[in-house]
Amino acid sequence: MSGSVVDNTVSSGNSSAAIPTDVSGQILDLDEDDDLEVFSKDTTLTDGSSFNASMQTSPASMINQYKFEEDADTKDIFVTVDNPESHVTAIETYITYRVMTKTTRSEFDSSEFEVRRRYQDFLWLKGRLEEAHPTLIVHPLPEKFVVKGMVERFNEDFIETRRRALHRFLNKIAEHPIFSSSEDFKIFLTAASGELTSHKKQGPGFLSRMGDTVKAVAAAVRGVRNRPQEFTEMQEYVEAFSQKIISLDKVTQRIVREQKEYLEELKECGPTYALWSQSEEELAEPLKNVAGCVDRCCKETEEQVKNLSDHLIPVLHEYVLCADTLKAVLRRRDNIQADFEAKTEALATKKANRDTMRDDLDKAEDRLEWANNALKSDWTRWQKVMRTDLRSAFVDTAERNVSYYEKCLAVWESFLHSQRTDAEGNGKVDFS
Amino acid sequence: KQDASPPPRVPCKPMPTKNNLLDSRQTKEKRSFCMVEKGTSLLKKMEISVAEAEKRTGKNAVNMQETYTVYLIETRPVDAASEGTNPVPDSLWRRYSEFELLRNYLLVTYPFLVVPPLPEKRAEFVWHKLSADNMDPDFVERRRVGLENFLLRVASHPDLSSDKIFYSFLTEENGWKETVFETGFQAKADSRLKALNATFRVKNPDKRFAEMKHYGDELQSVISQLLRVRARAADRLYGVYKVHGNYGRVFSEWSAIEKEMGDGLQSAGHHMDAYAASVDDILEEEEHYADQLKEYLFYADALRAVCRKHELTQYELEMAAQDLTSKKQQREELATGTIRTFSLKGVTSKLFGQETPEQREAKLKMLETQIEEGEELVKERNAECEEFVKSAWVDIERFKEQKDHDLREALISYAIMQISMCKKGIQVWNNAKECFSKM
Repeated sequence: MSGSVVDNTVSSGNSSAAIPTDVSGQILDLDEDDDLEVFSKDTTLTDGSSFNASMQTSPASMINQYKFEEDADTKDIFVTVDNPESHVTAIETYITYRVMTKTTRSEFDSSEFEVRRRYQDFLWLKGRLEEAHPTLIVHPLPEKFVVKGMVERFNEDFIETRRRALHRFLNKIAEHPIFSSSEDFKIFLTAASGELTSHKKQGPGFLSRMGDTVKAVAAAVRGVRNRPQEFTEMQEYVEAFSQKIISLDKVTQRIVREQKEYLEELKECGPTYALWSQSEEELAEPLKNVAGCVDRCCKETEEQVKNLSDHLIPVLHEYVLCADTLKAVLRRRDNIQADFEAKTEALATKKANRDTMRDDLDKAEDRLEWANNALKSDWTRWQKVMRTDLRSAFVDTAERNVSYYEKCLAVWESFLHSQRTDAEGNGKVDFS
Repeated sequence: KQDASPPPRVPCKPMPTKNNLLDSRQTKEKRSFCMVEKGTSLLKKMEISVAEAEKRTGKNAVNMQETYTVYLIETRPVDAASEGTNPVPDSLWRRYSEFELLRNYLLVTYPFLVVPPLPEKRAEFVWHKLSADNMDPDFVERRRVGLENFLLRVASHPDLSSDKIFYSFLTEENGWKETVFETGFQAKADSRLKALNATFRVKNPDKRFAEMKHYGDELQSVISQLLRVRARAADRLYGVYKVHGNYGRVFSEWSAIEKEMGDGLQSAGHHMDAYAASVDDILEEEEHYADQLKEYLFYADALRAVCRKHELTQYELEMAAQDLTSKKQQREELATGTIRTFSLKGVTSKLFGQETPEQREAKLKMLETQIEEGEELVKERNAECEEFVKSAWVDIERFKEQKDHDLREALISYAIMQISMCKKGIQVWNNAKECFSKM
């Protein structure tokens, strides 16, 4: 397979005819690249051929076709997650979310879909994508449980935060050049509950998964010998990024805490001014006015706190999880390389079964090249997405802060205005 | 005693002072900390200020080394300043305890006036970053301003401003203390204090004064509560701003590992630092507002004192009247031989026999004298009471107007502070937003 350039996707229409004969052996291979899909963002080349699960081209050609698509105008699929509903059965209570899809893609049977999915289903999808593409970066899902305890699972705020995160997750998948054409993704978006359940059961069986795990552990134990510099740099970056994003998450949570405590104290100020106004005559009006102003500022502060919690913190948190994802991806890549290195060694040292070993080695080499290129491209993509996400999250936060201060400013200016008109009316004080 | 009609209120222009940290703020603010009636003859003559504060060490009454602070009182004739010649002002140094002595003298000498309060002796209602240490330079500075305010308040009072002891406090460095003690006010103070501390009940309380006293209680209670709540809120606000400084640090560290995002992050970080730092100024200004509230917290106490002293005056009148009535009754009984009221004397005389006509005559004569004296006393006390009520009520009205004006100004300046804080916040976050969008 190495070296031969087979431009499969150029041939349109009948996909099965495009499979090169020397790849056919690999279709039966139950390795991780089972449903490794080739997908080109060059839309002229995608007419159904991209959904053939076992098509594969050489890594070299794949690089040419793996273009990073940023143009929102060509977005042809829109996914929303909303409408959480609670379901009670004899054994459990769980929440489902409505997943709506609107698309113009021809591979979809219709242009609109509406299904209900639960958290487990999202987990399944994520698992499938990771299995299929071990060195691509899958956006993280919100965590299973709230740290504080199960009781909070059905709390309104928690459900809303989770819903938003699930929405972001699906959209990230939809925007990803490779994931968005995954068969599992399509099924997730379109299948009725029964269909989904039976499709889930079709995945690589338990034993095969066990086999994968054993291999992964073995590879990890072996360790990588000659990791290319760029991946080492990536790892260093991920370590540092992870630390920074965790710090930002902590700092932001601390800010929220401090603001909540400030709010608690501030809430007592208004009533105190109001109480005072009750013993006064001339001063009663300005005091009541000030009490009102303080109360209004309290409301704004409360909203501001909610904004931080609802918008900035979840995004930061997602990128904390991303850092972990990146670490896992780098590890998997290392394992693939370790496997290749081990097989290389084996071929060099062992005498028996040289032909099978050479075959294995070839496959391992391909897998490695594939993995490296996939990771490199997706890494660039991920950085752009990260930059966009965090930039807009911080810009949003800054805007909300400005808006908060503007509202409070208006409150106090209205007080000043009321005092001015009052005073000038009574001819009391010169305000010049 | 005072001007016929209250002269128009003019915000006073603070004098240029050297150590005044709040100086720029005071000149900036159109509304000044104190309201000065330029109408008093004292202020027409001289400008008064507490210009500086200094630490001194010396031996105290028990011959131990102590460190204390002295304050420089400067006085300058009004004409000279307006002529533009700006001569060196007369000045003298005074300690806080001397201010206290002055105030005590005024309290005793003018019990019917709401005497302006001194700034607090010890820092109270502090939020944690503010020092409660009396020697702390910020505390000393705020006290200096408070003492100046006290002097200006007294100097602008229609009655107090013409007091001689006050005048010599401002102008005679040496021997002032002796002069004060020579007035013998201390003895009067002690006896008054004793009487006031005793529990007594007035039979017919004056409704107006009772209401005033009640108002004083409420004012004190609510301002205390407000100061407490405000201090706690200030503490929390400090925390919120300061934590944002961490953003600055982390952004800076993060920018080091990023290529394209680096610059935006770095500059945003600087704005976060600026934001965190801005809270210090904000809270210093709020301290100024707290001081304005505190002045009226202590004024509430002065108001209650006047009401309490009125009560005492009335009580003494009632006692004298009661005494007179009982003496008159005794005379009547003795004269007519009827015992209407129960008295031990009456019982014993019944038991042990009547007294002789001579005895009775002597007694009657004594009673007559006592009754005469008693009537004089009642007249005196009545006059005292009436005088007290008249003067006190005028001053209370004056005080009410002053309080309404000052506190309204304080609320306005509080609003101005909040607006300034909001404007700073808007600026910082807009700047940060620009930097973030360059990420």
